[in-house]
Amino acid sequence: MEAKLEQVLPKVESPKKRRMKEMSARFFQNKLAVAGGVFTLLLILMAVFAPMVAPFSPSHQDYAKFLQSPSASNIMGTDELGRDIFSRIIYGARVSIQAGIISVGIALLLGIPIGLFSGYYRGVLDEFVVMRFTDALLSFPPLVLALSLAAVLGAGLQNAMIAIGIIFTPNFIRLVRGEVLSQREREYVTAAKASGISDVKIMFRHIFPNCLPPILVQATLSIAAAIISEASLSYLGLGTQPPTPSWGAMLSMGQGYLKDAPWISLFPGLFIFLTVLSINLFGDGLRDALDPKLK
Amino acid sequence: MVKFLIRRLGLMVVILFLVSIIVFSLVHLTPGDPARMILGQEATKEALNALREKMGLNDPLYLQYIHWVTNVLQGNLGYSVKDNTPVLNVLLQKLPVTIQLSVMSFFIAMVIAIPAGIISATRKGTIFDYFGTTFALSGVSIPPFFLGILLIFIFSISLGWFAPSGYVEPWVNFGKSISLMILPALAVGVRLSAEITRMLRSSMLEVLQADYIRTAYAKGVLEKGVVLGHALKNALIPVVTVSGLQLATFLGGAVITETIFAVPGLGRLVVDAILTRDFPVVQGAVLFMAIAVVIVNFLIDILYSILDPRIKLTGGQ
Repeated sequence: MEAKLEQVLPKVESPKKRRMKEMSARFFQNKLAVAGGVFTLLLILMAVFAPMVAPFSPSHQDYAKFLQSPSASNIMGTDELGRDIFSRIIYGARVSIQAGIISVGIALLLGIPIGLFSGYYRGVLDEFVVMRFTDALLSFPPLVLALSLAAVLGAGLQNAMIAIGIIFTPNFIRLVRGEVLSQREREYVTAAKASGISDVKIMFRHIFPNCLPPILVQATLSIAAAIISEASLSYLGLGTQPPTPSWGAMLSMGQGYLKDAPWISLFPGLFIFLTVLSINLFGDGLRDALDPKLK
Repeated sequence: MVKFLIRRLGLMVVILFLVSIIVFSLVHLTPGDPARMILGQEATKEALNALREKMGLNDPLYLQYIHWVTNVLQGNLGYSVKDNTPVLNVLLQKLPVTIQLSVMSFFIAMVIAIPAGIISATRKGTIFDYFGTTFALSGVSIPPFFLGILLIFIFSISLGWFAPSGYVEPWVNFGKSISLMILPALAVGVRLSAEITRMLRSSMLEVLQADYIRTAYAKGVLEKGVVLGHALKNALIPVVTVSGLQLATFLGGAVITETIFAVPGLGRLVVDAILTRDFPVVQGAVLFMAIAVVIVNFLIDILYSILDPRIKLTGGQ
C-alpha cells in the first residue's frame, strides 16, 4: 500500500533541502564568490601537497643564485640566501592557512559556549560581567593586544595563534549571544522547555544549530583577518620564527632589498593580499547566499 | 539626557576598570616571573630580587593591583626600564606624532570614501559601483604592511617623489613634515577609506529607499539636491559612529605603519618596547590606547544621540 502511495503522490522536497538548494543556487550565481572559493581551495591544496608542488626545498640555499630576479628556473626569483621564493611561498601557505583556521577555532571554542550561556541565562552575569568584559577587550587595538600577548607568551607560531584566538573571541561571544537572544523567545524553545529537556541540551542541540549561518560567515571572514594578524606578528618578529617560511617574515626580510630585489617582498605580499581577498569574497558570497536580505 | 549621560558614564567606569584589570594581568598573571621577563633569562639573582622589590612583586596580587591603579590615577604609569624616564612623559612626547598621522589619514579616508560611497550607491549596478566595491574590498583585504611597502616601492624607489621614511615636526618645517607623512597617512587612510566606502554605500542605499527621498524627487528636487541635501546627511550618521569605533583598528594599523616608515609615534613605541622587553612602557601604552578608545566611544555615543534625535536616550546598549 505504501509503495503505491509513493507512486501516486508527487515527490515533495523537505523545506530544509529546498532552502539548501536555493542557497547554493544563490551562491553559485555570484561569480566573484565562486572565484574566491576556487582560489582558496587551490591554495589549500597547494599547502597540503607542498612537497609535490614546490620545485625546491624551502630551506635549500644556492649561493650561486642569491638575489636573482624571476627567471625560468626560479619563477619568483631568489632571496638573499639564494632560496627559491616560489617554494617558500608554497610552504608559507601552510603557516598562513594553519594560523587562520586554528586561531578562529580557538575563538569559536571560547566564544560559542560563553555566548550561548550568556544569552540563554542573561541576568547580572551576562550584563555586568560577560558583556562589559567583551566591551573592555574590544577597546584594545586588536593588533596591539595580540602583540602584547605574543610578547608575554613568547615569540612563535603557537603563541601567536593563541593570542589571535583570544583577541577574536569577544566578536564571537557578542554574535552568538545576540543570536541566542533572538532565538530564546521562539516557540520551539518554549516547547523544548515544556517537554523537560535540560537547558544545556536546549542550548547546544536546539538553539545553536539555528545560530549557525551568521557564525559561519563571521568565522570565514575572521580567518581572513587572522591570516593578516599572523602575517603582521611575523612581520614584526613575534610570529613564526625562522627558518620556517612565513609570508609576513618573508616580506619583512625583503624590505631591506626593496631597491635591488623587490620580488622578495612583493610576491609574498601579493599572496597574502590574494588569499585574504579570496576568503573575503567567499565569505561575502556566503553571507549573501545565506541571508539575501543582508545584501 | 542627564539620565542617559549618567548611565553611559557609569558604563564607561566599569569598562575602564575591566580594561585596567586586563592590562595589569597582561604582565602579572601570565606564566613566568615579570622580573625575569623584563631582565631576560641571563639576569642575576640579585638583579631579579632588586627589581622584584622595586616593583612590589613580593606583595599579594590584589595589593599590587591597588598600588598600580592608585599610581595610574595619579598619572604615574611607571618608569621605562630602558632609561628610567617616566612612562607618561614618553607617551606624551610620542602622542603628537600619532595625532598628526591620524588627522592626515582621516582626511585622506574621507576624501576618498565620501565620493566613492555616494557614487557606488547612486549608480548601483553600473561600472562605477563595480569599481567602488572592488576598491573597497581590496582595501579591506590588503595587509597594512604590504600596502606600506608597495607605496614605498612605487612612490619612493620607482618615482622618487617622497622619502621612504623619517619624521620632521610640523612646526619645524611644515612642508617637509607633510611630505614625509603622506605615504604613512595613505597606508592607513586607504584601508580606512575602504571600510567607510563599504559602510556609506550600504547606508546610502537604505536611505535612498526612504519615503522622504521619493517625496523630494516628486517635489521636483534635482538628484544632486536629493543626494547631497537629504540622503547624505542621514546616511552619514551610522558612518560617523562606525568611523569612531574604527579607532581601535586604526591604532593597530598605525603600529605597523609607523614601524615601516620609521615614524616615531605611539605605535612604533609599542613595537620597540615589546621587542626590547620594556614592559612598563608596553603596559602604559596599551592602557593609554584602550582609554582613548573607551573615551572616544563614549563621546560618539553622545554625538550619536544629538545627531539622531530618534534614538531614545534611555539605554546605553
